[in-house]
Amino acid sequence: MPTRSYTSRRELEQHTFSLVATVLVPLVAIFLQAFLSRLFPHFAILDLPLIVVLFFAISRRSPVAGTLTGAFVGLLQDALTNQPIGVNGMAKSAIGYVAASIGVQVDVESPLTRIVITFVFSIINSVLLFLIDRRLLGLPGYHLLWTHELLRACANTVIALPVYFLLDYAKRTD
Amino acid sequence: MESFFIRFKNVLVLVAVLLVQTIGLAVQVRRPVESGAPDSHEITLMRYWVVAAISPFERFFHAVGFDARSAWANYINLRHVRQQNLELQQQIARLRLEQAAFAEDAIQGHRLQALLNFQQNYIDTTVAAQVIGSSGSDLSHVLYIDKGADYGLKPDMAVITPDGIVGKLRDVFPHTSQVLLISDQTSGAGVLLSSTRILAILHGTPNGKLEITNLTADSRIKPGETVLTSGGDQIYPRGLPVGTIESIRPDPDHQPYTAIQVKPAADLSRLEEVLIITGTKPTLPRAAQKDLGIAADTAQAQAAAKAKAAADAEAAAEAAARSAAQIVADRLPSLHDPNAPAAAPATGANSSAPPVTTVPRPLPALHPDRYTPGDTPPAAVLTPGARSAPAINNPEPASENPPASGKSQPSTQPNPPQTEP
Repeated sequence: MPTRSYTSRRELEQHTFSLVATVLVPLVAIFLQAFLSRLFPHFAILDLPLIVVLFFAISRRSPVAGTLTGAFVGLLQDALTNQPIGVNGMAKSAIGYVAASIGVQVDVESPLTRIVITFVFSIINSVLLFLIDRRLLGLPGYHLLWTHELLRACANTVIALPVYFLLDYAKRTD
Repeated sequence: MESFFIRFKNVLVLVAVLLVQTIGLAVQVRRPVESGAPDSHEITLMRYWVVAAISPFERFFHAVGFDARSAWANYINLRHVRQQNLELQQQIARLRLEQAAFAEDAIQGHRLQALLNFQQNYIDTTVAAQVIGSSGSDLSHVLYIDKGADYGLKPDMAVITPDGIVGKLRDVFPHTSQVLLISDQTSGAGVLLSSTRILAILHGTPNGKLEITNLTADSRIKPGETVLTSGGDQIYPRGLPVGTIESIRPDPDHQPYTAIQVKPAADLSRLEEVLIITGTKPTLPRAAQKDLGIAADTAQAQAAAKAKAAADAEAAAEAAARSAAQIVADRLPSLHDPNAPAAAPATGANSSAPPVTTVPRPLPALHPDRYTPGDTPPAAVLTPGARSAPAINNPEPASENPPASGKSQPSTQPNPPQTEP
Protein backbone atom coordinates (compact mmCIF):
# COMPACT_ATOMS: atom_id res chain seq x y z
CA MET A 1 0.00 0.00 0.00
CA PRO A 2 1.61 3.26 -1.02
CA THR A 3 2.06 5.83 1.69
CA ARG A 4 1.53 9.43 0.77
CA SER A 5 3.00 12.40 2.48
CA TYR A 6 0.81 15.44 3.05
CA THR A 7 3.41 17.60 1.33
CA SER A 8 3.94 15.38 -1.63
CA ARG A 9 3.61 16.80 -5.10
CA ARG A 10 0.67 14.49 -5.76
CA GLU A 11 -1.30 15.96 -2.89
CA LEU A 12 -0.84 19.46 -4.18
CA GLU A 13 -2.43 18.51 -7.46
CA GLN A 14 -5.92 19.60 -8.27
CA HIS A 15 -8.81 17.26 -7.53
CA THR A 16 -11.89 17.03 -9.62
CA PHE A 17 -15.37 15.83 -8.81
CA SER A 18 -18.04 14.14 -10.85
CA LEU A 19 -21.00 16.24 -11.96
CA VAL A 20 -23.29 14.23 -9.70
CA ALA A 21 -21.14 14.97 -6.67
CA THR A 22 -20.77 18.62 -7.68
CA VAL A 23 -24.54 19.13 -7.80
CA LEU A 24 -25.74 16.60 -5.26
CA VAL A 25 -23.40 17.38 -2.36
CA PRO A 26 -24.42 21.08 -2.08
CA LEU A 27 -28.09 20.13 -2.42
CA VAL A 28 -27.80 17.48 0.29
CA ALA A 29 -25.98 19.95 2.53
CA ILE A 30 -28.71 22.54 2.08
CA PHE A 31 -31.43 19.94 2.60
CA LEU A 32 -29.81 18.66 5.81
CA GLN A 33 -29.31 22.20 7.05
CA ALA A 34 -32.97 23.05 6.49
CA PHE A 35 -34.40 19.75 7.69
CA LEU A 36 -32.25 19.19 10.76
CA SER A 37 -32.66 22.78 11.90
CA ARG A 38 -36.38 22.14 12.21
CA LEU A 39 -35.87 18.96 14.24
CA PHE A 40 -33.06 20.37 16.36
CA PRO A 41 -33.31 24.18 16.55
CA HIS A 42 -29.74 24.51 17.85
CA PHE A 43 -28.50 22.92 14.62
CA ALA A 44 -29.09 26.27 12.91
CA ILE A 45 -25.86 27.51 14.45
CA LEU A 46 -24.01 25.26 12.00
CA ASP A 47 -23.38 26.15 8.38
CA LEU A 48 -23.09 22.94 6.37
CA PRO A 49 -23.15 24.78 3.02
CA LEU A 50 -20.13 26.80 4.12
CA ILE A 51 -18.25 23.58 4.93
CA VAL A 52 -19.11 22.22 1.50
CA VAL A 53 -17.93 25.42 -0.20
CA LEU A 54 -14.67 25.30 1.73
CA PHE A 55 -14.12 21.66 0.84
CA PHE A 56 -14.71 22.13 -2.88
CA ALA A 57 -12.63 25.29 -2.97
CA ILE A 58 -9.57 23.90 -1.24
CA SER A 59 -9.80 20.57 -3.07
CA ARG A 60 -10.08 22.02 -6.55
CA ARG A 61 -7.53 24.73 -5.81
CA SER A 62 -9.09 26.87 -8.51
CA PRO A 63 -10.25 30.38 -7.46
CA VAL A 64 -12.70 30.55 -10.34
CA ALA A 65 -14.26 27.22 -9.40
CA GLY A 66 -14.27 28.27 -5.75
CA THR A 67 -16.02 31.53 -6.59
CA LEU A 68 -18.66 29.86 -8.74
CA THR A 69 -19.23 27.05 -6.21
CA GLY A 70 -19.62 29.63 -3.45
CA ALA A 71 -22.05 31.67 -5.52
CA PHE A 72 -24.09 28.58 -6.45
CA VAL A 73 -24.35 27.27 -2.88
CA GLY A 74 -24.93 30.72 -1.39
CA LEU A 75 -27.73 31.55 -3.82
CA LEU A 76 -29.41 28.22 -3.12
CA GLN A 77 -29.14 28.94 0.57
CA ASP A 78 -30.62 32.42 0.09
CA ALA A 79 -33.56 31.02 -1.83
CA LEU A 80 -34.76 29.18 1.29
CA THR A 81 -34.63 32.26 3.51
CA ASN A 82 -36.62 35.47 3.50
CA GLN A 83 -33.51 37.52 2.88
CA PRO A 84 -32.82 39.09 -0.51
CA ILE A 85 -31.17 36.65 -2.89
CA GLY A 86 -27.45 37.29 -2.90
CA VAL A 87 -26.57 37.84 0.75
CA ASN A 88 -25.09 34.39 1.29
CA GLY A 89 -24.16 34.24 -2.39
CA MET A 90 -21.80 37.20 -2.09
CA ALA A 91 -20.29 36.04 1.19
CA LYS A 92 -19.67 32.52 -0.01
CA SER A 93 -18.37 33.66 -3.40
CA ALA A 94 -15.68 35.64 -1.63
CA ILE A 95 -14.94 32.79 0.75
CA GLY A 96 -14.70 30.29 -2.11
CA TYR A 97 -12.27 32.54 -3.92
CA VAL A 98 -10.03 33.15 -0.90
CA ALA A 99 -10.12 29.54 0.25
CA ALA A 100 -9.13 28.27 -3.19
CA SER A 101 -6.35 30.85 -3.37
CA ILE A 102 -5.03 29.64 -0.03
CA GLY A 103 -5.40 26.05 -1.13
CA VAL A 104 -2.97 26.77 -3.96
CA GLN A 105 -0.37 28.07 -1.54
CA VAL A 106 -0.54 25.67 1.41
CA ASP A 107 -1.16 22.02 2.00
CA VAL A 108 -4.82 21.76 2.93
CA GLU A 109 -4.97 18.01 3.42
CA SER A 110 -3.59 18.21 6.92
CA PRO A 111 -6.31 17.99 9.63
CA LEU A 112 -4.71 20.88 11.49
CA THR A 113 -4.83 23.08 8.41
CA ARG A 114 -8.45 22.10 7.86
CA ILE A 115 -9.33 23.01 11.44
CA VAL A 116 -7.69 26.42 11.14
CA ILE A 117 -9.21 27.12 7.73
CA THR A 118 -12.71 26.14 8.82
CA PHE A 119 -12.55 28.17 12.02
CA VAL A 120 -11.12 31.28 10.38
CA PHE A 121 -13.45 31.19 7.39
CA SER A 122 -16.44 30.66 9.62
CA ILE A 123 -15.58 33.91 11.40
CA ILE A 124 -14.98 35.63 8.05
CA ASN A 125 -18.36 34.41 6.82
CA SER A 126 -20.08 35.91 9.88
CA VAL A 127 -18.29 39.22 9.40
CA LEU A 128 -19.19 39.32 5.69
CA LEU A 129 -22.85 38.57 6.44
CA PHE A 130 -22.85 41.31 9.06
CA LEU A 131 -21.33 43.80 6.65
CA ILE A 132 -23.77 42.93 3.88
CA ASP A 133 -26.80 43.04 6.17
CA ARG A 134 -25.80 46.14 8.10
CA ARG A 135 -23.93 48.25 5.56
CA LEU A 136 -25.27 47.13 2.20
CA LEU A 137 -28.89 46.39 3.11
CA GLY A 138 -29.03 48.79 6.05
CA LEU A 139 -30.90 46.43 8.36
CA PRO A 140 -31.29 48.14 11.74
CA GLY A 141 -30.51 46.51 15.07
CA TYR A 142 -28.17 43.95 13.60
CA HIS A 143 -25.17 43.45 15.89
CA LEU A 144 -22.29 41.06 15.63
CA LEU A 145 -22.40 38.91 18.75
CA TRP A 146 -18.82 37.75 19.02
CA THR A 147 -19.46 35.00 21.57
CA HIS A 148 -22.15 33.55 19.39
CA GLU A 149 -19.99 33.76 16.29
CA LEU A 150 -17.06 32.10 18.08
CA LEU A 151 -19.38 29.32 19.18
CA ARG A 152 -20.60 28.97 15.61
CA ALA A 153 -17.02 28.76 14.36
CA CYS A 154 -16.16 26.08 16.92
CA ALA A 155 -19.27 24.07 16.06
CA ASN A 156 -18.53 24.33 12.34
CA THR A 157 -14.96 23.19 12.93
CA VAL A 158 -16.05 20.18 14.96
CA ILE A 159 -18.60 19.05 12.41
CA ALA A 160 -16.35 19.86 9.44
CA LEU A 161 -13.72 17.24 10.15
CA PRO A 162 -15.97 14.17 9.69
CA VAL A 163 -17.71 15.87 6.76
CA TYR A 164 -14.36 16.44 5.04
CA PHE A 165 -13.46 12.85 5.73
CA LEU A 166 -16.66 11.64 4.04
CA LEU A 167 -16.31 14.00 1.11
CA ASP A 168 -12.73 12.84 0.50
CA TYR A 169 -14.27 9.72 -1.03
CA ALA A 170 -15.87 11.82 -3.76
CA LYS A 171 -12.51 13.12 -4.97
CA ARG A 172 -11.07 12.20 -8.32
CA THR A 173 -7.37 12.91 -8.60
CA ASP A 174 -6.21 14.09 -12.02
CA MET B 1 -5.26 43.09 -23.56
CA GLU B 2 -5.74 39.38 -23.81
CA SER B 3 -2.92 38.80 -21.39
CA PHE B 4 -4.66 41.13 -18.90
CA PHE B 5 -7.79 39.00 -18.82
CA ILE B 6 -5.74 35.83 -18.60
CA ARG B 7 -3.53 37.20 -15.88
CA PHE B 8 -6.37 38.58 -13.77
CA LYS B 9 -8.92 35.96 -14.73
CA ASN B 10 -9.58 34.81 -11.18
CA VAL B 11 -10.05 38.29 -9.75
CA LEU B 12 -12.18 39.38 -12.68
CA VAL B 13 -14.47 36.42 -12.24
CA LEU B 14 -14.83 37.21 -8.55
CA VAL B 15 -15.53 40.87 -9.24
CA ALA B 16 -18.05 39.99 -11.92
CA VAL B 17 -19.88 37.53 -9.66
CA LEU B 18 -19.96 39.99 -6.77
CA LEU B 19 -21.06 42.83 -9.04
CA VAL B 20 -23.94 40.83 -10.48
CA GLN B 21 -25.11 39.85 -7.03
CA THR B 22 -24.78 43.41 -5.72
CA ILE B 23 -26.90 44.70 -8.58
CA GLY B 24 -29.38 41.92 -7.88
CA LEU B 25 -29.53 42.92 -4.23
CA ALA B 26 -30.02 46.56 -5.13
CA VAL B 27 -32.86 45.71 -7.50
CA GLN B 28 -34.58 43.60 -4.84
CA VAL B 29 -34.19 46.19 -2.09
CA ARG B 30 -35.28 49.16 -4.22
CA ARG B 31 -38.22 47.32 -5.77
CA PRO B 32 -41.54 49.12 -5.14
CA VAL B 33 -43.81 47.17 -2.82
CA GLU B 34 -46.60 45.43 -4.69
CA SER B 35 -49.69 44.17 -3.01
CA GLY B 36 -49.36 40.70 -1.58
CA ALA B 37 -46.00 39.87 -3.21
CA PRO B 38 -42.86 40.10 -1.09
CA ASP B 39 -40.57 39.47 -4.09
CA SER B 40 -40.55 40.13 -7.78
CA HIS B 41 -41.74 37.45 -10.17
CA GLU B 42 -38.19 36.34 -11.06
CA ILE B 43 -37.08 36.04 -7.46
CA THR B 44 -40.24 34.18 -6.53
CA LEU B 45 -39.61 31.82 -9.41
CA MET B 46 -36.07 31.19 -8.24
CA ARG B 47 -37.23 30.54 -4.70
CA TYR B 48 -39.90 28.22 -6.04
CA TRP B 49 -37.34 26.15 -7.97
CA VAL B 50 -35.20 25.67 -4.90
CA VAL B 51 -38.16 24.91 -2.67
CA ALA B 52 -39.53 22.50 -5.26
CA ALA B 53 -36.19 20.71 -5.30
CA ILE B 54 -35.86 20.51 -1.51
CA SER B 55 -39.40 20.18 -0.19
CA PRO B 56 -40.22 16.70 -1.60
CA PHE B 57 -37.36 15.27 0.42
CA GLU B 58 -38.39 17.26 3.47
CA ARG B 59 -41.94 16.06 3.04
CA PHE B 60 -40.80 12.44 2.68
CA PHE B 61 -38.51 12.42 5.70
CA HIS B 62 -41.03 14.35 7.74
CA ALA B 63 -43.70 11.78 6.91
CA VAL B 64 -41.40 8.89 7.83
CA GLY B 65 -40.39 10.51 11.09
CA PHE B 66 -43.95 11.58 11.84
CA ASP B 67 -45.30 8.07 11.30
CA ALA B 68 -42.62 6.54 13.50
CA ARG B 69 -43.20 9.09 16.24
CA SER B 70 -46.97 8.75 15.92
CA ALA B 71 -46.80 4.98 16.25
CA TRP B 72 -44.68 5.24 19.37
CA ALA B 73 -46.77 8.07 20.80
CA ASN B 74 -49.99 6.11 20.14
CA TYR B 75 -48.58 3.12 21.98
CA ILE B 76 -47.53 5.28 24.91
CA ASN B 77 -50.83 7.16 24.93
CA LEU B 78 -52.90 3.98 24.96
CA ARG B 79 -51.36 3.02 28.26
CA HIS B 80 -52.76 6.08 29.97
CA VAL B 81 -55.81 6.74 27.88
CA ARG B 82 -58.36 5.87 30.59
CA GLN B 83 -56.76 8.16 33.15
CA GLN B 84 -56.38 10.90 30.56
CA ASN B 85 -60.00 10.48 29.56
CA LEU B 86 -61.14 10.99 33.13
CA GLU B 87 -58.90 14.00 33.53
CA LEU B 88 -60.16 15.48 30.28
CA GLN B 89 -63.77 14.97 31.29
CA GLN B 90 -63.10 16.74 34.56
CA GLN B 91 -61.36 19.49 32.65
CA ILE B 92 -64.31 19.83 30.27
CA ALA B 93 -66.69 20.11 33.21
CA ARG B 94 -64.50 22.74 34.82
CA LEU B 95 -64.16 24.66 31.56
CA ARG B 96 -67.91 24.54 31.01
CA LEU B 97 -68.42 26.16 34.38
CA GLU B 98 -65.77 28.76 33.63
CA GLN B 99 -67.33 29.38 30.24
CA ALA B 100 -70.71 29.81 31.86
CA ALA B 101 -69.23 32.42 34.18
CA PHE B 102 -67.97 34.39 31.17
CA ALA B 103 -71.03 33.86 29.00
CA GLU B 104 -73.01 36.72 30.46
CA ASP B 105 -70.09 39.12 29.97
CA ALA B 106 -69.59 37.89 26.42
CA ILE B 107 -73.24 38.34 25.54
CA GLN B 108 -73.21 41.79 27.06
CA GLY B 109 -70.00 42.62 25.19
CA HIS B 110 -71.57 41.57 21.89
CA ARG B 111 -74.61 43.65 22.64
CA LEU B 112 -72.48 46.71 23.37
CA GLN B 113 -70.39 46.14 20.26
CA ALA B 114 -73.54 45.99 18.20
CA LEU B 115 -74.74 49.22 19.81
CA LEU B 116 -71.46 50.96 19.05
CA ASN B 117 -71.36 49.52 15.53
CA PHE B 118 -67.94 48.09 16.37
CA GLN B 119 -66.50 45.79 13.70
CA GLN B 120 -64.91 42.69 15.18
CA ASN B 121 -63.41 39.91 13.08
CA TYR B 122 -63.75 36.35 14.31
CA ILE B 123 -61.88 33.36 12.95
CA ASP B 124 -64.21 31.56 10.60
CA THR B 125 -62.20 29.02 8.60
CA THR B 126 -58.73 27.59 9.13
CA VAL B 127 -56.46 25.12 7.35
CA ALA B 128 -54.25 22.80 9.41
CA ALA B 129 -50.72 22.24 8.08
CA GLN B 130 -47.60 20.35 9.10
CA VAL B 131 -44.24 22.06 9.43
CA ILE B 132 -41.80 20.26 7.14
CA GLY B 133 -38.73 22.47 7.05
CA SER B 134 -36.98 25.66 7.97
CA SER B 135 -34.60 28.13 6.36
CA GLY B 136 -31.66 26.45 8.07
CA SER B 137 -30.26 29.80 9.16
CA ASP B 138 -30.54 31.46 12.54
CA LEU B 139 -30.60 34.83 10.80
CA SER B 140 -33.78 34.05 8.92
CA HIS B 141 -36.72 32.82 10.99
CA VAL B 142 -38.96 31.15 8.45
CA LEU B 143 -40.65 27.75 8.25
CA TYR B 144 -42.05 25.68 5.43
CA ILE B 145 -45.44 24.00 5.66
CA ASP B 146 -46.92 21.25 3.54
CA LYS B 147 -49.92 23.25 2.27
CA GLY B 148 -49.91 25.83 -0.47
CA ALA B 149 -52.07 27.55 -3.01
CA ASP B 150 -53.89 24.30 -3.70
CA TYR B 151 -55.55 24.70 -0.28
CA GLY B 152 -56.52 28.29 -0.92
CA LEU B 153 -53.62 29.82 0.97
CA LYS B 154 -52.48 33.33 0.09
CA PRO B 155 -49.65 35.59 1.22
CA ASP B 156 -50.20 37.55 4.46
CA MET B 157 -52.60 35.02 5.96
CA ALA B 158 -52.13 34.66 9.71
CA VAL B 159 -50.58 31.46 11.06
CA ILE B 160 -51.47 30.46 14.61
CA THR B 161 -51.49 27.58 17.06
CA PRO B 162 -53.94 27.06 19.93
CA ASP B 163 -51.29 28.61 22.19
CA GLY B 164 -50.80 31.82 20.25
CA ILE B 165 -49.80 33.47 17.00
CA VAL B 166 -46.89 32.09 14.97
CA GLY B 167 -46.48 34.43 12.02
CA LYS B 168 -47.86 35.00 8.56
CA LEU B 169 -47.52 33.42 5.14
CA ARG B 170 -44.80 35.11 3.11
CA ASP B 171 -44.44 33.08 -0.07
CA VAL B 172 -47.12 30.68 -1.23
CA PHE B 173 -46.18 28.01 -3.75
CA PRO B 174 -48.54 25.45 -5.26
CA HIS B 175 -47.92 22.75 -2.63
CA THR B 176 -45.76 24.51 -0.05
CA SER B 177 -45.75 27.81 1.76
CA GLN B 178 -43.17 29.85 3.57
CA VAL B 179 -44.18 31.10 7.02
CA LEU B 180 -42.47 34.22 8.32
CA LEU B 181 -42.27 33.83 12.09
CA ILE B 182 -43.08 36.79 14.32
CA SER B 183 -39.58 36.40 15.78
CA ASP B 184 -37.97 37.43 12.48
CA GLN B 185 -36.67 40.96 12.42
CA THR B 186 -38.69 41.81 9.32
CA SER B 187 -41.89 40.67 11.00
CA GLY B 188 -44.30 42.72 13.11
CA ALA B 189 -47.73 42.71 14.70
CA GLY B 190 -50.09 45.17 16.34
CA VAL B 191 -50.54 44.17 19.97
CA LEU B 192 -52.46 45.15 23.06
CA LEU B 193 -51.32 44.83 26.67
CA SER B 194 -54.18 42.95 28.30
CA SER B 195 -54.48 44.68 31.68
CA THR B 196 -53.41 48.21 30.82
CA ARG B 197 -55.04 48.16 27.33
CA ILE B 198 -52.01 49.94 25.87
CA LEU B 199 -51.58 49.52 22.11
CA ALA B 200 -48.09 48.77 20.82
CA ILE B 201 -46.16 47.33 17.89
CA LEU B 202 -44.32 44.07 18.36
CA HIS B 203 -41.46 43.01 16.11
CA GLY B 204 -38.73 40.41 16.00
CA THR B 205 -35.05 40.97 16.62
CA PRO B 206 -32.03 39.61 14.71
CA ASN B 207 -31.46 37.04 17.46
CA GLY B 208 -35.03 35.74 17.30
CA LYS B 209 -36.60 37.52 20.29
CA LEU B 210 -39.86 39.45 20.39
CA GLU B 211 -39.67 43.08 21.37
CA ILE B 212 -41.88 46.14 21.82
CA THR B 213 -39.87 49.30 21.33
CA ASN B 214 -42.44 52.02 20.71
CA LEU B 215 -43.54 52.57 24.32
CA THR B 216 -42.08 55.00 26.80
CA ALA B 217 -41.47 54.01 30.42
CA ASP B 218 -44.76 53.33 32.20
CA SER B 219 -44.98 52.11 35.76
CA ARG B 220 -48.21 50.24 34.97
CA ILE B 221 -46.45 47.86 32.60
CA LYS B 222 -45.11 44.94 34.61
CA PRO B 223 -43.38 41.67 33.68
CA GLY B 224 -45.84 38.82 33.38
CA GLU B 225 -48.53 40.88 31.68
CA THR B 226 -50.25 39.10 28.83
CA VAL B 227 -49.88 40.53 25.33
CA LEU B 228 -52.71 40.04 22.82
CA THR B 229 -53.17 40.94 19.19
CA SER B 230 -54.93 44.25 18.67
CA GLY B 231 -56.26 43.53 15.20
CA GLY B 232 -54.91 46.83 13.93
CA ASP B 233 -52.47 45.22 11.51
CA GLN B 234 -55.29 43.67 9.44
CA ILE B 235 -53.50 40.30 9.55
CA TYR B 236 -54.05 38.82 13.01
CA PRO B 237 -57.61 38.89 14.37
CA ARG B 238 -58.07 40.77 17.60
CA GLY B 239 -57.61 39.02 20.95
CA LEU B 240 -55.24 36.18 20.04
CA PRO B 241 -52.53 35.49 22.61
CA VAL B 242 -49.06 36.67 21.61
CA GLY B 243 -47.04 36.10 24.76
CA THR B 244 -46.16 37.53 28.13
CA ILE B 245 -43.84 40.38 29.04
CA GLU B 246 -40.52 38.96 30.15
CA SER B 247 -38.43 42.04 30.90
CA ILE B 248 -38.56 45.81 30.61
CA ARG B 249 -35.42 47.90 30.23
CA PRO B 250 -34.51 51.27 28.76
CA ASP B 251 -33.65 51.09 25.06
CA PRO B 252 -30.14 52.57 24.73
CA ASP B 253 -30.56 53.09 20.98
CA HIS B 254 -33.95 54.82 21.12
CA GLN B 255 -34.29 56.99 24.21
CA PRO B 256 -36.73 57.64 25.89
CA TYR B 257 -38.37 54.46 24.71
CA THR B 258 -38.16 51.13 26.52
CA ALA B 259 -37.30 47.72 25.12
CA ILE B 260 -39.99 45.35 26.34
CA GLN B 261 -39.07 41.75 25.68
CA VAL B 262 -41.97 39.37 25.16
CA LYS B 263 -41.88 35.61 25.59
CA PRO B 264 -43.97 34.08 22.79
CA ALA B 265 -47.02 32.08 23.85
CA ALA B 266 -46.41 29.51 21.11
CA ASP B 267 -43.15 27.57 21.20
CA LEU B 268 -41.75 28.86 17.92
CA SER B 269 -38.75 26.56 17.96
CA ARG B 270 -40.71 23.33 18.21
CA LEU B 271 -43.70 23.75 15.95
CA GLU B 272 -45.19 20.60 14.47
CA GLU B 273 -48.63 21.67 13.33
CA VAL B 274 -50.04 25.11 12.67
CA LEU B 275 -53.36 26.60 11.64
CA ILE B 276 -53.67 29.11 8.83
CA ILE B 277 -56.59 31.51 9.14
CA THR B 278 -58.20 31.51 5.72
CA GLY B 279 -61.35 33.41 6.58
CA THR B 280 -62.78 35.79 9.16
CA LYS B 281 -66.24 37.28 9.57
CA PRO B 282 -67.81 39.94 11.77
CA THR B 283 -70.12 37.54 13.60
CA LEU B 284 -69.26 34.63 15.79
CA PRO B 285 -68.93 31.29 13.97
CA ARG B 286 -71.82 28.90 14.31
CA ALA B 287 -69.93 26.54 16.59
CA ALA B 288 -68.91 29.40 18.88
CA GLN B 289 -72.48 30.68 18.95
CA LYS B 290 -73.64 27.20 19.90
CA ASP B 291 -71.02 27.03 22.66
CA LEU B 292 -72.05 30.46 23.88
CA GLY B 293 -75.69 29.37 23.92
CA ILE B 294 -74.80 26.27 25.92
CA ALA B 295 -72.78 28.41 28.30
CA ALA B 296 -75.65 30.86 28.71
CA ASP B 297 -78.05 27.97 29.42
CA THR B 298 -75.58 26.56 31.92
CA ALA B 299 -75.31 29.96 33.57
CA GLN B 300 -79.12 30.21 33.80
CA ALA B 301 -79.33 26.69 35.16
CA GLN B 302 -76.67 27.55 37.71
CA ALA B 303 -78.54 30.69 38.75
CA ALA B 304 -81.82 28.77 39.04
CA ALA B 305 -80.13 26.03 41.06
CA LYS B 306 -78.60 28.66 43.32
CA ALA B 307 -81.96 30.37 43.83
CA LYS B 308 -83.63 27.02 44.51
CA ALA B 309 -80.95 26.12 47.00
CA ALA B 310 -81.43 29.45 48.77
CA ALA B 311 -85.20 28.97 48.87
CA ASP B 312 -84.79 25.43 50.18
CA ALA B 313 -82.41 26.63 52.84
CA GLU B 314 -84.87 29.34 53.87
CA ALA B 315 -87.74 26.88 53.98
CA ALA B 316 -85.66 24.45 55.98
CA ALA B 317 -84.75 27.19 58.45
CA GLU B 318 -88.38 28.20 58.73
CA ALA B 319 -89.43 24.61 59.22
CA ALA B 320 -86.76 24.14 61.82
CA ALA B 321 -87.93 27.26 63.67
CA ARG B 322 -91.51 26.08 63.43
CA SER B 323 -90.53 22.68 64.66
CA ALA B 324 -88.69 24.25 67.60
CA ALA B 325 -91.74 26.32 68.46
CA GLN B 326 -93.88 23.20 68.28
CA ILE B 327 -91.51 21.36 70.59
CA VAL B 328 -91.57 24.24 73.06
CA ALA B 329 -95.31 24.40 72.80
CA ASP B 330 -95.58 20.69 73.44
CA ARG B 331 -93.38 20.85 76.50
CA LEU B 332 -95.09 23.81 78.14
CA PRO B 333 -97.88 22.61 80.44
CA SER B 334 -99.89 25.82 80.22
CA LEU B 335 -100.28 25.43 76.56
CA HIS B 336 -102.32 22.27 76.94
CA ASP B 337 -105.96 22.68 77.77
CA PRO B 338 -107.24 19.36 79.08
CA ASN B 339 -110.81 20.57 78.67
CA ALA B 340 -110.37 21.46 75.06
CA PRO B 341 -112.17 19.24 72.60
CA ALA B 342 -110.12 16.84 70.70
CA ALA B 343 -108.84 18.21 67.45
CA ALA B 344 -110.91 17.21 64.52
CA PRO B 345 -109.11 14.96 62.12
CA ALA B 346 -107.82 16.81 59.08
CA THR B 347 -109.93 16.18 56.06
CA GLY B 348 -110.11 17.34 52.55
CA ALA B 349 -108.50 20.66 51.84
CA ASN B 350 -107.63 21.20 55.51
CA SER B 351 -105.23 18.32 55.44
CA SER B 352 -102.90 20.26 53.30
CA ALA B 353 -103.11 23.43 55.47
CA PRO B 354 -100.10 24.07 57.69
CA PRO B 355 -100.60 23.23 61.36
CA VAL B 356 -101.60 26.18 63.51
CA THR B 357 -99.23 26.60 66.41
CA THR B 358 -100.11 28.25 69.70
CA VAL B 359 -98.02 31.21 70.66
CA PRO B 360 -96.29 30.29 73.93
CA ARG B 361 -97.19 32.37 76.88
CA PRO B 362 -94.69 33.25 79.58
CA LEU B 363 -94.74 31.49 82.89
CA PRO B 364 -96.43 33.26 85.78
CA ALA B 365 -93.98 35.16 88.00
CA LEU B 366 -93.32 33.92 91.51
CA HIS B 367 -92.94 37.46 92.81
CA PRO B 368 -94.82 39.81 90.50
CA ASP B 369 -93.76 43.41 90.31
CA ARG B 370 -94.55 46.36 88.08
CA TYR B 371 -92.76 44.76 85.18
CA THR B 372 -94.58 41.50 85.33
CA PRO B 373 -96.66 40.90 82.20
CA GLY B 374 -100.31 41.56 82.87
CA ASP B 375 -99.66 43.72 85.91
CA THR B 376 -99.51 46.95 83.98
CA PRO B 377 -102.87 48.73 84.24
CA PRO B 378 -104.66 49.46 81.00
CA ALA B 379 -104.08 52.86 79.51
CA ALA B 380 -107.74 53.80 79.95
CA VAL B 381 -107.48 53.91 83.71
CA LEU B 382 -104.22 55.81 83.89
CA THR B 383 -104.16 59.53 84.57
CA PRO B 384 -101.97 61.61 82.29
CA GLY B 385 -99.00 63.02 84.21
CA ALA B 386 -99.53 60.71 87.16
CA ARG B 387 -96.79 58.28 88.10
CA SER B 388 -97.85 54.76 88.77
CA ALA B 389 -96.83 53.42 92.15
CA PRO B 390 -94.64 50.38 92.29
CA ALA B 391 -96.89 47.39 92.49
CA ILE B 392 -94.87 45.32 94.86
CA ASN B 393 -96.99 42.85 96.68
CA ASN B 394 -94.11 40.92 98.04
CA PRO B 395 -90.98 42.95 98.87
CA GLU B 396 -88.86 39.86 99.20
CA PRO B 397 -86.26 39.49 96.53
CA ALA B 398 -86.82 36.86 93.94
CA SER B 399 -84.78 33.79 94.40
CA GLU B 400 -82.12 33.19 91.83
CA ASN B 401 -83.27 29.68 91.21
CA PRO B 402 -86.99 29.73 90.88
CA PRO B 403 -88.84 26.47 91.30
CA ALA B 404 -90.07 24.57 88.38
CA SER B 405 -93.02 26.03 86.64
CA GLY B 406 -95.18 23.05 87.24
CA LYS B 407 -94.83 23.34 91.05
CA SER B 408 -95.53 27.06 91.34
CA GLN B 409 -98.88 28.60 92.18
CA PRO B 410 -98.96 31.78 90.16
CA SER B 411 -101.44 34.56 90.64
CA THR B 412 -103.40 34.94 87.50
CA GLN B 413 -105.18 38.13 88.57
CA PRO B 414 -103.49 41.36 87.70
CA ASN B 415 -102.69 43.74 90.50
CA PRO B 416 -105.03 46.67 90.95
CA PRO B 417 -103.74 49.90 89.56
CA GLN B 418 -102.07 52.11 92.04
CA THR B 419 -101.68 55.77 91.57
CA GLU B 420 -99.52 58.14 93.44
CA PRO B 421 -101.43 60.83 95.40
